[in-house]
Amino acid sequence: MKVGIGLPTTILGTDRALILEWARRADEGRYSTLGIFDRFAYDSFEPLTTLAAAAAVTERIRLATTILTGPLHNTAMLAKAAASVDALSGGRLVLGLALGAREADYKVAGVEYRSRGRRLSEQLGALRSYWEENTFGPKPSRPGGPELLVGGTSEPAFARMARYANGYLHGGGPPRAFARAAEKARAAWFDAGRPDKLHLWGMGYYALGEDAVEAGIGYMKDYYSFAGPFADRITAGLLTTPNAIAEFIQGYQEAGCDELLLFPTVGNITQLTRLAEAVG
Amino acid sequence: MKILIIGGGPGGLYSGFLLKKADPTHEITLLERNPPDATYGWGVVFSERTLSTFQEVDSETYQDITKHFVRWDAIDVQYHDHTIRSGGHVFAGISRKLLLNILQKHCREVGVRMKFGVEVSDLSDFGDFDLIIAADGVNSFVRKTYESIFQPSVTLENAKFIWFGTDKVFDAFTFLFCENEHGLFQAHCYPFDSNTGTCIVECEQATCQRAGLEKASEAESIAYCEKLFAQALGGHRLLSNKSSWINFPTVRNKTWRHKNIVLLGDAVHTAHFSIGSGTKLAMEDAIALVRALERHRDVETALTDYEIERKPVTETIQNAAQQSLTYFENVKRYFHLEPMQFVFHLLTRSERVSYENLRLRDSRYADAIDRWFMGSAVGTSKNGDRAGDAPRPMGNAFPLRGVKLANRVVWAPTAPYSAREGMPNDRHQARLGERWLREVGLVMTEPAAVSPEGRITPGCAGIYRAEHVAAWARIVASIHDSSLSQSPTKIAIQLAHSGRRGSTRPRWEGLDRPLRDGNWPLFSASPLPYTPLSQVPKEMGAADREKVRKDFIQAAEMADQAGFDMIQLHFAHGYLLASFLSPLTNQRSDGYGGSLDNRMRYPLEVFDAVRAVWPETKPIAVAISATDWSKGGTELQDAVVIARMLQARGCDLVTVLAGQTTIQAEPAYGPCFLTRFSDRVRNEARIATMVAGHITTADQINTILAAGRADLCIIDPPGDPPGNPPSDPPSDPPS
Ligand SMILES: Cc1cc2nc3c(=O)[nH]c(=O)nc-3n(C[C@H](O)[C@H](O)[C@H](O)COP(=O)(O)OP(=O)(O)OC[C@H]3O[C@@H](n4cnc5c(N)ncnc54)[C@H](O)[C@@H]3O)c2cc1C
Ligand SMILES: Cc1cc2nc3c(=O)[nH]c(=O)nc-3n(C[C@H](O)[C@H](O)[C@H](O)COP(=O)(O)O)c2cc1C
Repeated sequence: MKVGIGLPTTILGTDRALILEWARRADEGRYSTLGIFDRFAYDSFEPLTTLAAAAAVTERIRLATTILTGPLHNTAMLAKAAASVDALSGGRLVLGLALGAREADYKVAGVEYRSRGRRLSEQLGALRSYWEENTFGPKPSRPGGPELLVGGTSEPAFARMARYANGYLHGGGPPRAFARAAEKARAAWFDAGRPDKLHLWGMGYYALGEDAVEAGIGYMKDYYSFAGPFADRITAGLLTTPNAIAEFIQGYQEAGCDELLLFPTVGNITQLTRLAEAVG
Repeated sequence: MKILIIGGGPGGLYSGFLLKKADPTHEITLLERNPPDATYGWGVVFSERTLSTFQEVDSETYQDITKHFVRWDAIDVQYHDHTIRSGGHVFAGISRKLLLNILQKHCREVGVRMKFGVEVSDLSDFGDFDLIIAADGVNSFVRKTYESIFQPSVTLENAKFIWFGTDKVFDAFTFLFCENEHGLFQAHCYPFDSNTGTCIVECEQATCQRAGLEKASEAESIAYCEKLFAQALGGHRLLSNKSSWINFPTVRNKTWRHKNIVLLGDAVHTAHFSIGSGTKLAMEDAIALVRALERHRDVETALTDYEIERKPVTETIQNAAQQSLTYFENVKRYFHLEPMQFVFHLLTRSERVSYENLRLRDSRYADAIDRWFMGSAVGTSKNGDRAGDAPRPMGNAFPLRGVKLANRVVWAPTAPYSAREGMPNDRHQARLGERWLREVGLVMTEPAAVSPEGRITPGCAGIYRAEHVAAWARIVASIHDSSLSQSPTKIAIQLAHSGRRGSTRPRWEGLDRPLRDGNWPLFSASPLPYTPLSQVPKEMGAADREKVRKDFIQAAEMADQAGFDMIQLHFAHGYLLASFLSPLTNQRSDGYGGSLDNRMRYPLEVFDAVRAVWPETKPIAVAISATDWSKGGTELQDAVVIARMLQARGCDLVTVLAGQTTIQAEPAYGPCFLTRFSDRVRNEARIATMVAGHITTADQINTILAAGRADLCIIDPPGDPPGNPPSDPPSDPPS
């Protein structure tokens, strides 16, 4: 299992300096991937734009949207933007898409909320066509364009994933929750008659160091405040010790995860260093 | 802390005791509307696992409770004049009254203030409490007070039940089934002290009405049930406790807490009595709540923590309870099963207990199952002869006409999409002959097209040209030859026409994406595209139908020449023949659309034609989508009718698939996700079934087979799917 790290782009106070430093240091480290969240109506950075900046200061690490709220975007423009980041990074982009959990994002963006599931399905098919048919450049580095991941926990999310994507992205939780979702993803994959390998991605949140835990919890509660009681639930899963992180990693590995991304909850470069020490 | 507990059932009392014990400075008041020794109902049951939790938490209450236990380890099922016993389950029962008395005593000792005969009806009197625990049972007044926050749902289940006691002492958890002129009744009986037991009687609402029980007095209900179960009761009586016939209410809540108020026990969740978990859940809630309060200084955080921990656990139990009650509501469906299988099916009804679990608990019972299964498989002696001489269920042969499958495991690998002009090649041979080969009874090819246009992708294999026969014959021979066992692995070919799902790219590029160029025209029952980006198919006319029918005939003849042992016709997943079957995809107004009879007409014409040319000694299977997973589409009850129609025409086996009829479907994926569909088709239409649906372990297969939920299992390889797409994807359009 590969281990990647998230960018702190949804944490208050994050600026150009922190993002670039974070990306550089992650690239120098052993992380496989830099992940990034999408949250439109919130004080946060736009994912693809940010990944373009990260692409400019990194050489090796893959760059993944985990996830991007697909239906907020015009599909052709999204295809072009993604192809551009892919080209700027030398083919390191992984495009993860999902519905996004907040109606507010759709309202603020002026995009219809109701039909979002159907639109995401159509979008997934259309993206590939834009890339393959070279309707416009830049030409993607791999035939067929960047690797596509789909996230979401509703039943249609698994079918959608198996129909169009290369893998499934789980939204976080204990290894047991991941394992259950992974079984659904595998079932959907076989049912769809996919002959290729299914990629399973997981994620978790961490805050390391006595000084960080409270800030981490504060961030989680605020970030998920839209989600009601779920906010507390996901906050309770915050990884706050190297031990907890090691157990979490092992649990995910045993559940068959291919790539696990750990997201910071405190916007300070020491968090990256501490994670590196914990993960070893 | 100042704590109020509303309700003196097991949940409330245990919370009070544990909290006070954990921190004697707590000031705890418990209010119960009834007097201390008034109680409804009779006994409750705990499993060994629950008891060890209790022991860990507090050994004194544990000892007091277990001192009074009656323990037993068997489950008896009385059915069709047979009693079948399986052992090793380990249950313990106690009267509810005694349990409450013990908990009351301990509460008193540690100093919980209990007031009986006090009904709480207004929470505003308790504004100065730091924590309010609502353990006020299934009709919780607190839950109703904050309905908008807890967002409860209360479902009244269909069946009627009544809770009796009895002075008959059963020595096992006993399920009784009894049919009379009014209908079927079942009783769930278990002992709880040395001379009394619980006896819950359940029946359909209509049966209850026919028997006149809904309006009957308590004495009349007792007289009726005593007579009904006279044989099992052996002259003993049923005892009442203000018993009446009611529907079981299943309670769920979106949220379990509001500020400093928390729901616990039946107030927040109920699980059907047939899995006997209500008291256990209430007491485990109490444990979790007390631990959460020890962990967090802040009450609200602790309550959230409690909810996070308990909600998934109770949901799992509620799912099992739902499956169990659905089983009992439909138990007549399984009355054709022989007693051994009926009982195994009952024991595994909620998919929480498997074949290996039962074997671990009672190997003699499992051996008996194996022997019975072997006996029924070869159609000889009903009970086998010696212990230990029968294979596990999956190791038994399965005869289909003149073809005998060596065992019940089927390997049907996904297509490699590597054929050119329909020619299967080494990749097909390698995949069909993968590591599984020596262990499976049957391998099955990918859907092989009966014509070039019938292919899904240009890389799909077919069986429509003379050269195909030789290519398939080579593969068939390699499967037959390389098998180690004496009875060689058999091989089936799937015959299919893709219909409106044709002319697409290989599936590693995504499903149902039209070819970049070289698309061929499609047809289907009605001119509806499969996806918004798909080609609009032509509505099939008479000439098209005749052509495709002939293609199927030719393919069947070629399949026989190639040496295949079996054919599976593909009527599922939205392909051509499936498009006739589903009302979602068939909008025809001629004799091939409309009623199910009409929608089946063309698929059956194809079936008949194939059956006519396919050798009499070889079987035909038909794959169907047992549900479209979509409103207005085929549903499970239609699938049962379809299976019956197929059986009447000489179909030997129905392969149960689901969905993919349209892309709007909302499938529910998970381990063994098709098994319950197969169970219904097999046991209602009484036809042999083969089931797919992410089956990955031998234990799953043995459980499915022994319970009679299917006759053959198609397995998915555990772990990772096959591998990477071939590097040289073919792209030849049909000529
Ligand atoms: C037919 C049947 C069979 C069952 N068999 C089993 C079994 O074998 N094993 C098992 O574990 N469970 C069994 N149960 C379930 C079990 O009885 C309950 O799940 C369990 O009692 C729940 O405990 P509780 O403390 O949450 O609620 P309860 O036991 O219902 O206690 C709630 C208490 O609150 C009091 N109360 C209610 N409202 C107020 C108010 N406003 N003010 C003051 N007091 C109030 C009530 O009088 C009652 O004493 C069975 C249930 C049924 C219906
Ligand atoms: C791995 C993962 C990461 C997610 N990250 C985001 C995110 O950054 N922004 C966002 O709006 N939603 C995010 N979500 C929420 C999803 O978009 C989706 O709304 C949620 O999983 C429920 O969708 P469903 O009903 O289709 O399952 C994420 C989900 C997953 C699975």
